Amino acid sequence: MQLARVIGDVVITQKDEKLAGVTLLVLQPLAADGTASGRTLVAVDAVGAGVGETVFFVRGKEASFPFYPVEVPADAGVVGIVDHWDLG
Amino acid sequence: MILARIVGTVVATRKDPRLVSNKLLVARPMDPHGKAEGNYLVAVDTVDAGVGETVLIVSGSSARMASGMKDCPIDAAIVGIVDAVDVSAGD
Repeated sequence: MQLARVIGDVVITQKDEKLAGVTLLVLQPLAADGTASGRTLVAVDAVGAGVGETVFFVRGKEASFPFYPVEVPADAGVVGIVDHWDLG
Repeated sequence: MILARIVGTVVATRKDPRLVSNKLLVARPMDPHGKAEGNYLVAVDTVDAGVGETVLIVSGSSARMASGMKDCPIDAAIVGIVDAVDVSAGD
């Protein structure tokens, strides 16, 4: 999983039927110090995250697992909202 | 998933039988502000997208979870036509 900040959302009307009712968020991946690191991406939301929150997300087919048994066509999904993180 | 703009179509007569009757489009990935980035890619269209539209593309093995793409040899599928991208924080 990777840390990211939710920086926006995507509105889509015409879509795969299995994406119906699924929230799509724009994520900016973060480095451990909280700075932006890498390309933005779009992810499905499984935890009710919102713009401005720090989250962690999973890449790959696993992004659709929270929606089981529906096979949501997603390759990135938010699976947790970060309260805080500490570096040792 | 990534955002991309459709810039063209691909015609292929000789191809894997499981790709027959699927529409292939050339897409240019872009950032949420509409700026092009990265390399062009070929994606299977499952939502009737067209040239000039902004779309959502799912990559990797997840592409096979798009409607009608089960067991097809693909790694990128267009699963939505974007109406709006609202970026209101950071970046």
